[in-house]
Amino acid sequence: MPDVQSMVAEFVNKLRKRKIEGSQATAKCTVELLRSVISHQRVPHANQAAALIDAVKAVGQQLVAANPVELAVGNVVRRVLHIIREEDLSLTTAAMAGLDLLDASDDDDIDNCKGIGYPAMSAAVVAAAARSTLRPPSLQTLLEGTPESATVPYTSSSGADSESKTADKSSLTRKLKHDVIEGVNQLIHEISGCHEQIAEQAIEHIHQNEVILTLGSSRTVLEFLCAAKEKKRSFRVFVAEGAPRYQGHLLAKELVARGLQTTVITDSAVFAMISRVNMVIIGAHAVMANGGVIGPVGVNMAALAAKKHAVPFVVLAGSHKLCPLYPHNPEVLLNELRSPSELLDFGEFSDCLDFGAGSGSLQVVNPTFDYVPPNLVSLFITDTGGHNPSYMYRLIADYYSADDLVM
Amino acid sequence: MDTRRGALAVPKVRRVGFFTPTEPPPESSQRPNRSQSGPVEATTSSSPLSDSPSGNLISPVLIPPSRHHSDNLTSHAAAPVPVPGPAAFRRYLAHDRSLHVGSYNAPDSLLGTSPPSSNGEFSEDSVSLFGFQRSDSTKLSASFPNGGFDLTLAVRAPQESETIIETASASEGKKKIAEVSGKSESVTTKPQKEKEPKSLKDKTTKAERRAIQEAQRAAKAAAKGEGKRHADESVEANPGKAAKKPQPKKERPPISSSVSEKTAVAVEKEKRMDVPQTQMQYDDKSRVDKAKRRAVVEQTETKNKVELFLHLPQYERGSQLPNLSSNFFTLDTIHHAVYKVGLQHLAGDISGDNARCIAMLQAFEEAIKDYTTPPMKDLTMDLTTKINGYVSFLIECRPLSMSMGNAIRFLKNQIRKLPVNLSEPEAKASLCSDIGRFIDEKIILSDKVIVQHAVSKIRDGEVLLTYGFSCVVEMILLYAHEIGKKFRVVIVDARPNLEGKKLLRRLVSRGLDCTYTHINAISYIMREATRVFLGASSIFSNGTLYSKVGTACVAMVANAFSVPVIVCCEAYKFHERVLLDSICSNELGDPDAVANIPSFSTKAKQSKMMDNNKNLQFLNLMYDSTPSEYISMIVSDYGMIPPTSIPVIVREYRRENLLL
Repeated sequence: MPDVQSMVAEFVNKLRKRKIEGSQATAKCTVELLRSVISHQRVPHANQAAALIDAVKAVGQQLVAANPVELAVGNVVRRVLHIIREEDLSLTTAAMAGLDLLDASDDDDIDNCKGIGYPAMSAAVVAAAARSTLRPPSLQTLLEGTPESATVPYTSSSGADSESKTADKSSLTRKLKHDVIEGVNQLIHEISGCHEQIAEQAIEHIHQNEVILTLGSSRTVLEFLCAAKEKKRSFRVFVAEGAPRYQGHLLAKELVARGLQTTVITDSAVFAMISRVNMVIIGAHAVMANGGVIGPVGVNMAALAAKKHAVPFVVLAGSHKLCPLYPHNPEVLLNELRSPSELLDFGEFSDCLDFGAGSGSLQVVNPTFDYVPPNLVSLFITDTGGHNPSYMYRLIADYYSADDLVM
Repeated sequence: MDTRRGALAVPKVRRVGFFTPTEPPPESSQRPNRSQSGPVEATTSSSPLSDSPSGNLISPVLIPPSRHHSDNLTSHAAAPVPVPGPAAFRRYLAHDRSLHVGSYNAPDSLLGTSPPSSNGEFSEDSVSLFGFQRSDSTKLSASFPNGGFDLTLAVRAPQESETIIETASASEGKKKIAEVSGKSESVTTKPQKEKEPKSLKDKTTKAERRAIQEAQRAAKAAAKGEGKRHADESVEANPGKAAKKPQPKKERPPISSSVSEKTAVAVEKEKRMDVPQTQMQYDDKSRVDKAKRRAVVEQTETKNKVELFLHLPQYERGSQLPNLSSNFFTLDTIHHAVYKVGLQHLAGDISGDNARCIAMLQAFEEAIKDYTTPPMKDLTMDLTTKINGYVSFLIECRPLSMSMGNAIRFLKNQIRKLPVNLSEPEAKASLCSDIGRFIDEKIILSDKVIVQHAVSKIRDGEVLLTYGFSCVVEMILLYAHEIGKKFRVVIVDARPNLEGKKLLRRLVSRGLDCTYTHINAISYIMREATRVFLGASSIFSNGTLYSKVGTACVAMVANAFSVPVIVCCEAYKFHERVLLDSICSNELGDPDAVANIPSFSTKAKQSKMMDNNKNLQFLNLMYDSTPSEYISMIVSDYGMIPPTSIPVIVREYRRENLLL
């Protein structure tokens, strides 16, 4: 327990000092931390799920408070909470099914012992009913309603059967924890694998001789472009340098190392070049529920220019970047001002500032992020496929449970 | 003869839809003129000249191109007209005056034809003003082609409040300049008294008289520089212009035809020269090779070119500089002053369009002073070739800006128009004074006028956003601060030049409140801004603003945030070319400037090996073009105008050699 506390404290510290950069790295660290929190959490016999949820929430609140701008942290915490709820739900439905079975076919014990006979059909129906009532309605459940009810409850009912047979409470507890950790592991896998998932779709979106503009340094974009390159598409990339952090130079370096035709342009030349660009591809920092995007600073300018020239503006985002919140004044509230020393050297203007007179002041503004409203975005490419901005809220409902939106 | 001339101009009236095919036969000398000027007034203002017999000519869809009437005018100013009687005379003069107004100021045509701009103030005011002025100003100044418009402005000056004039005066050329020179401390030309015709004096009110007097002073001031040459030109120009019309040519009396034939050729030639020569396309191998053989400056081409910009020169900067400066004392073809300016351009010591243009003109002035016509050669021809040589040298050093091209064209025009009978020293003196006048009027005074106009748009508590460094914007901000306006300035800057720092330094040291940021943060900072002031390198006749790269981004974001964009641009930078994008015509800067990034971000530091990687290019664009829809208003020395008025100004003023 104490070592978990210290781990949390350490991570909070890192977040607060902005030592971890990039939403993917942050997300991964967060999940790993939450996993250890869950595995170290001692679970009471009754209401285990609630205990887990409380524990995760407590840690999650600390993490979110440490860096409220890094929305990936909150997203991942919500995802873990969602996993806990789901697992709990499936266990209870399974238990319910088992109980139902026991009640309904008391004399058919042999059938049950043997495993899955026709009574399982009734169990499946009950489970499906239970799921559909308890689970938040999502497009996935609506569409996949029939096949899932046929397959999923089957296994769970059989598992529940065996559990109810043994009726060992501690094993049930272990089961929940085990399932949750399994789910979290899957989430980690998903987060680290989202690049490949997204990159796989590159070939569908990039054609021969295309000119692509990108900005900021995003690993997703890098993988996406390289995947298209590997498929023998030849195209050229314009990279806006992204002053004052010069992330574009980093990206350009990597792209060139992978053999892509790359041109670095100044940020101011974005409007000039956009008329010769076929597509703008950027990596998002976060995607809001309304379909708005928070990206590297300068993105809004590029999006406006793209809109003006009817150039598709494509946003790549792993599912851990989907944020279930609706933004309010995101340019200010979800932004972060960095050090002015990136723009002006220390003391560069102190000679001409007259502090005594009180007149004349100098402020330096150096924001990190930019918000792109949904109407400027043409397409989101996530690891589950391409989506419209207007579809984002629905996608989010698949990943998060409504109870966790406010932590 | 005069009547004919009036008739000649008729075909120039562009008619759309229904019109009466037959021309009313000219009965009296002034009739036809009036009939032609009629439509203009009828469409643009409810002028008191309802007695004009042009009723039958005006169809509801008749579009009067203002060029027609300017032609008409000049013919009037020049041609001696039989005067029927005192009353008619007066009326006629009033007419003549109004014509002058039309031709030089072209405010009614400008504003009347331009769609309503975001700033609705001008059109109404100016039209009504001119309507009024037409009826009342009754001053004859046939000897001064310029006098006319000067008068008009001044006439309305006392009657309307100062602010209205400033906003309404969409297009007063020299008059405005003259007025400012009179008002502001720098009086370049002494106002002179002029006698007023007695008959007029009796009939005008006191205010009008004062106005007329003032106007004449202004007129004198403006006309002084040009002297009689202008008058000559206008005489000459007319038949030439008329000669362009093939059909009336036959009808012209034989006396004038020989003269006009000659001038017609000259005009044709002039026209050809006026057509902006296409820039050299650097992807045309043969031409580039040819140019290289002639070149003084040996340029090394950048190795890693961006394919999209092969048509633009991409040279390595700085490498040839030591070599060139060592040549300084051995050069023979290039005048040392020009050479010096060329090197300064090359090294980037002079930047900013105005500064470059002034430096170039002063170098030319010096070169002209030192010039002696070789034996057996014509000064006009030889000097023009000399200047051409200098210009191509300057182009080798750094591609010329549009404004410099305009200035060069002005100079060549002046050389061409030198009267043949001038002796060499006289000609040289005249050219030098022309250059001086150009710098004073078109650049320095222009800026003062612009500052006056623009300051009226700054209110207390505003947040003004500006991009990069523009000397006019700097003057505006400093002046506004000086006169006690309370505002905050946001300076947006961009790599690689970071010119905004220069502006920031100057403003901060003068005690202004400044906010500094990079262009990437423009969407963040734009929410604070209430106005955007931008400088310009040139404005093309389709309203496209050609300026420092990044201007378009700023204007676009401002537009998205509904912040008015005010462009400050001297009228000599207007150009009749059209431009759609930033690719076809641009200038490429040093790619290394983009590649080299400040040392603090060591993470992103470039390694040397990247320079020779074939796949990596750095593109340093110098300019971009802003579509006119992002521009709310252009503040020029002709007042505050919408971008749609640029082609009109370019056409009208270039024609009358007022612009240049």
